[in-house]
Amino acid sequence: MNAPERLYRRRAEAPKKAPGQAVQTGYIGKSEPRANAKRLLQGRGAYVDDLRFPRLAHAVFFRSPYAHARLMHLDLSKARAQPGVIAAVDGRALAEYCTPWVAVLAHLKGIKSPPQHAIAIERACWQGEAMAAIVAETRAQAEDALAHVEAEWQELPVVTDMEAALRGDQVIHPELGDNICFRRELDVGQVDAAFAKADLVVEETYDFGRHTGVCMETRSILADYNAADHSLTVYHATQAPHMMQDIFSRHLGIPEANVRVICKDVGGSYGIKVHVYPDEMATAALSVMLRRPVKFVADRLESFLTDIHAREHRVKVRLAVSRAGDILAFELDDLTGIGPYSVYPRTSGIEGNQVVNLTGGPYKHQHYRAKMNVVFTNKNVTCQYRAVGHPIAVALTEAIVDLAAAKLGMDPAEFRRRNLIPDDAYPYTFPSGLKFEQLSHHKTLDRLLELMDYKGLRAEQHALRKKGVYCGIGLAAMIEVTNPSPAFYGVGGARISAQDGATIRLEPTGMVTVLASVTEQGQGTEGIFAQIAATAVGVTLDKVRVITGDTGVTPYGGGTWASRGAGIGGEAVLQAGKALRSNILDVAAAMLNVDKAELDVAGNSIVGKVTGEAKLPLAEVGRVGYFRPDTLPMKFQSELTVTRHYTPREYGFTFTNGIQASLVEVDPDTGFVKLLKHWCVEDCGTVINPMLVDEQIRGGVVQGIGAALWEHCLYDENGQLLNGNMADYLVPMSGEIPDIVVAHVSTPTRGSELGAKGVGEAGTAGAPGAVMNAINDALAPLGARVTAQPCTPERVLKALGKV
Amino acid sequence: MSRLPGTELDTTIVLNGKPVTRRIPARQHLVDFLREEMGLTGSHVGCEHGVCGACTVRVDGEIVRGCLMLAVQANGRRVDTIEGLSDSGELAALQSAFHERNALQCGFCTPGMLMAALDLANNHPDATREQIRAHLSGNYCRCTGYQSIVDAIEAALEQRRQGVKR
Repeated sequence: MNAPERLYRRRAEAPKKAPGQAVQTGYIGKSEPRANAKRLLQGRGAYVDDLRFPRLAHAVFFRSPYAHARLMHLDLSKARAQPGVIAAVDGRALAEYCTPWVAVLAHLKGIKSPPQHAIAIERACWQGEAMAAIVAETRAQAEDALAHVEAEWQELPVVTDMEAALRGDQVIHPELGDNICFRRELDVGQVDAAFAKADLVVEETYDFGRHTGVCMETRSILADYNAADHSLTVYHATQAPHMMQDIFSRHLGIPEANVRVICKDVGGSYGIKVHVYPDEMATAALSVMLRRPVKFVADRLESFLTDIHAREHRVKVRLAVSRAGDILAFELDDLTGIGPYSVYPRTSGIEGNQVVNLTGGPYKHQHYRAKMNVVFTNKNVTCQYRAVGHPIAVALTEAIVDLAAAKLGMDPAEFRRRNLIPDDAYPYTFPSGLKFEQLSHHKTLDRLLELMDYKGLRAEQHALRKKGVYCGIGLAAMIEVTNPSPAFYGVGGARISAQDGATIRLEPTGMVTVLASVTEQGQGTEGIFAQIAATAVGVTLDKVRVITGDTGVTPYGGGTWASRGAGIGGEAVLQAGKALRSNILDVAAAMLNVDKAELDVAGNSIVGKVTGEAKLPLAEVGRVGYFRPDTLPMKFQSELTVTRHYTPREYGFTFTNGIQASLVEVDPDTGFVKLLKHWCVEDCGTVINPMLVDEQIRGGVVQGIGAALWEHCLYDENGQLLNGNMADYLVPMSGEIPDIVVAHVSTPTRGSELGAKGVGEAGTAGAPGAVMNAINDALAPLGARVTAQPCTPERVLKALGKV
Repeated sequence: MSRLPGTELDTTIVLNGKPVTRRIPARQHLVDFLREEMGLTGSHVGCEHGVCGACTVRVDGEIVRGCLMLAVQANGRRVDTIEGLSDSGELAALQSAFHERNALQCGFCTPGMLMAALDLANNHPDATREQIRAHLSGNYCRCTGYQSIVDAIEAALEQRRQGVKR
């Protein structure tokens, strides 16, 4: 059943078709272009750096050149004397305005991290950590003044290697006792017995390099403190305005009601802009200190040094299988290095936690044991970036599964078919305790194999090998966390909303205004909310306006993260829209003096429910409701604005599933990998806008491909970032990316009426595993295997024994 | 801008069809001049070292990186930005094709991407899909994965060819 049918079947007052009457069948499931894209196409958006304010001051930061060093002496007097400089501020001075934070959560038992200040006091723990701020009338003047900061440093021992950090030869924060931020062990039982009876045990260690989001718009904030009423308005490129409102309030000592966070156009986020950054907190504190608006826009070099990194993991995996090809048990040992601080307020324990939760996730084995250590290092901090933990869990699961299939002489697709959780096994509880409502692994596998002509490609691959052309086919099945309940953060004490809200108002003109707490970062939130609202109220899409990203205006909510916007925020819009439709009908029934049950809303009009005949334009309902309520019955009050909220409750997470495939050609002489094609079949439940969903998947796949092949934050043993610029850090370019084929299986969640699950991270979750498996499939006849990402030409040649 | 130190030069630029004269610091980049002095914020600053293409503008008909060219170097030349080419209608077909195919998400790279696409349309209207991909390799997009952008440009080029044939 497709989405519109499903939606309408559930709704009692579904409009009927009538001859000669244009009836709305709903916009859900339609590829409507986004109305809000037009201003961006003309360069008329409003990103933070585009805003103009009187008395705006510009902040820049003096950053540590060392990965670990004590600041013995800092002299800001010469910098302070430069033209245009308003203030030069060190950590101690700023601490008077901004309290430090500690990024731990109660449900991550034992997690620890030291207090972190907006500007570090006396000690730098990674290269790029802010040690002082310069504020000037122009950005150029502030940057000029930076050259006049005088600092004396004493270098301290640097810990960059994760194994060394775990051993604790040098402890970065002596007061914590060791370098272990967080550790977790999970044992569902009988794992040793399962391994003992296995016919085959395979074991491999995988390395995942650090990479980062590289948003085209760098991190940006403009804080405007008004001393007269002790209020702070922050224009912020953020994914979570309400979370930031709470944080600015608590750390700057301003009542929450006096803090307003406004998020206009945002130039990409992918998880990068959902965290608390010291330099951004410092900018807000500087605005309070200086009693004027202050802006900070990171330059690209600062971005590489200070935007959160992600994914530095080394994972040892063991898999037990029977001769017949049944997976019996998984065992995992994950080590991840997160930099010197756990990142506030979500912590840096989540990615490793996800690796433990999700490893082996698509398969029906019953025995699982995992160990995970999260350690401090003197590199930039890591935290949640698009698909958090999934790319690692998927890549290592799918790599070890392929290895086992190869050792058993089984086709990898058939091996998966044998082991994937059956589609009729739901609801299903995974050995680690995760609960799956309804997944469709076998349907997605079948669809993928058909879509890519798996058998035909295998035949072609064998024919090409005889000619010395090494092509590889890689598969990666996955499960994905979406629509998180409070189980993700709220239960651990984080003031991060798991619910979202929508307010819908009928305007006097018959237009519909939607105010939603989920934010727009380019993924199309405003577009799909307009589609849902138009469908639910009964108006055409051009009648709907959507406003997001303003804590002073929208309902309270979590914002954009963890693939939650459509599934959670969309349901709130749907319920608000239905309620407004009902309230509109109350007014119309009073105006027409008929029973409400005889009426409906369709095509911007009140219509007869059975006949579909137009009776009143909505503009007339608006006119009477707002300007002539005196003509309505004495005790009747119209309510043409309604608000509804939604929180997922039944399941902690609405899991989705999907499978990807990659086709590559590897040149054994150069080690270069050429991507030939990529496929993704995903089940995100109800598809609200197929075009936007497909583009989310494609964009996600390409970020995953970047991780698999090119993207790597390279540090030397002194903790110096070696490639922190756009030229040396390799992001995917259009010329090297293949066309990506996307298809869907739709299993709507029963937890909401809309039935939408998340999809924004699916591409990134599965692509690295599919690409690495494809490379290894290509290398198989040459007896070589790569196990470290990115799979660079050098690593391929090393695997081949050529360098 | 007088607040910046160093040498300043009187500079006249035909900006989006209209001459403007300003005294400009010699060290100021063209994109900073356009954004900070002229309020044309459609050209975006993505990397400031000539890699990402977000600041692409047109100078005397050629696309350039606004972060690699000094504003004073544009003296006596025609500079066209996303705002001017939107108002003149020169970009309309490409913008429409981008909109229909959702060939943008966050939109930050989009003005530069459209500039590069228009350059291709004007100079290589017969470009193949691979040539489109190659031409766009100097413009980074982090959201879309490029396919929809390539689709949109391919469709706009085809439309233009059909128009010429008619």
